[in-house]
Amino acid sequence: MAALVLVLFVIPLVLLVWMSFNHWPLLGASQPNGVENYSALRDPLFIRAVWFTLKYTVVTTIVLGLVAFGLALLVQRDRPGVGAFRTVFFLPSAVGLASTSLLFYTMFQADASPLNQLVEWLGLGHFDWLGTNGSALGSSVGMITWRFAGFYMLILMTGLQSIDPGLYEAARIDGANRWQIMWRVTLPLLRPTLALTMVLSVTGSLLAFDQFFILTGGRHDTATVVIDIYREAFLSQDLGRAAAVSVATLAVLIILNVAQLRLIRREGR
Amino acid sequence: MRRTGFYVTCAALAVLFLFPMVWTAYSSVHGRQADGTEGFGVDNYRRLADFGIGIGTYLVNTLVVAVVAVTVTVVTTTLGGYAMARLAFPGRNLLFIVTLAILMVPYTTILVPLYILLGWIGLQNSLVGLGLVMAVLQLPFGLFMMRNSFEALPVELEEAALIDGCTVGGALRRVLLRGVLPGIVTIALFSFLAAWNEFVAPLIFLTDGEKFTLPVALFNLSVGNLGSVDFGALQAGVATSALPCVVVFLILQRYYVRGFTSGALKG
Repeated sequence: MAALVLVLFVIPLVLLVWMSFNHWPLLGASQPNGVENYSALRDPLFIRAVWFTLKYTVVTTIVLGLVAFGLALLVQRDRPGVGAFRTVFFLPSAVGLASTSLLFYTMFQADASPLNQLVEWLGLGHFDWLGTNGSALGSSVGMITWRFAGFYMLILMTGLQSIDPGLYEAARIDGANRWQIMWRVTLPLLRPTLALTMVLSVTGSLLAFDQFFILTGGRHDTATVVIDIYREAFLSQDLGRAAAVSVATLAVLIILNVAQLRLIRREGR
Repeated sequence: MRRTGFYVTCAALAVLFLFPMVWTAYSSVHGRQADGTEGFGVDNYRRLADFGIGIGTYLVNTLVVAVVAVTVTVVTTTLGGYAMARLAFPGRNLLFIVTLAILMVPYTTILVPLYILLGWIGLQNSLVGLGLVMAVLQLPFGLFMMRNSFEALPVELEEAALIDGCTVGGALRRVLLRGVLPGIVTIALFSFLAAWNEFVAPLIFLTDGEKFTLPVALFNLSVGNLGSVDFGALQAGVATSALPCVVVFLILQRYYVRGFTSGALKG
């Protein structure tokens, strides 16, 4: 195991940093070139990718968080049949993200899909679900919500169920209404769980690749940071620049993760 | 009244969640058939089977990656988890911390050096190489889970086996493995789903069309030929790729939720 971790994790990590300081074409010899590769971070294409990724992350985290929280509230109590509903809401999470993207690609693009039939039936003519930056963003967020809502629902539900029912009872006796219970009891006690779902959603969204690579191929300015790394490495065939972008992304994510973990720890107490 | 409201809401949402999958499954066996009629038939699957060098090869490739990933993950995390929980050896904490550090480093950022490294050790464009990378990604979760599973078993159980004449290996095999079996199933399930569905790693590591896994092959199908995409075959492909995951998940659901609550949340 130590060998696996060393060869397939530690060495690549060191190599990544080394590569970022080298001119390293996909084919052919490499040679050191200082910090030249880091000019990739000033590339307008990269900067646009960063903005799009941030926009996508914010929208996804909010929409997905709200939907998952709603679902968790709906199914948290045990009652007849609730298990079947939990399973159904979770089921999309068992399907791979690439398969999901291909499924929705068909849904958005095929004329015969129910989505396009509905739009036509409503007399709206033809709607291009992936044709502009805005519509592609909306369509992707919708798809991601379908795919991940059940997953986050499960995490939030576990958090909700670990809250002592006695506290709700006490709040009710003290005359609190449902909104007050939500804001004063449920949400504060759920903060560690909410923070965890936020960490997962933010990290996952910042590293988004499959959905946009498959749905739009990065067209209409929907390239994400990871798509930019892919473009640098395998289209421009410049692994050094791709490594430089990777190092920068990695640094930002580690700082973000450490900060968020600190936050969770502190709130956990 | 409120109860009715609950069931109506849930049922409506359930339709929403199931609809895309049901529609895909339905349209994969429905549509224009070879004889020109509109209706049920396996034509989409027939065209899918002939796509590229044949869907059968892609299925086998994907299975190879998944089997390598699951086997390596289960064996290393079981032995590793046992060592972490029971044995004292130099560098134990360091190894544990470095393994958990994999969680902090998103693997998409080390794909480029991994691509070079696999080339150096002759595992570029190799299904085994891809399976190993997928296994490494599962190590932190698996190791954490197995260490906790072993720690939850009383040491007396093992001592009793040793007194009764078992060797350390025998005790591990006959007594302890029984106790940690749920943990093993959970890890196998997680790594199977991850390896079967992985997209970006095979996209980068596999350069030879004969080696493609199902998601990469289906992506090529979706890119289409001269601007026309065979959506029927694509839907058959999505159904083929999703079905094993849905079935495995439904059978092992209990273990999935367990892995979630014990591993993911307390981490």
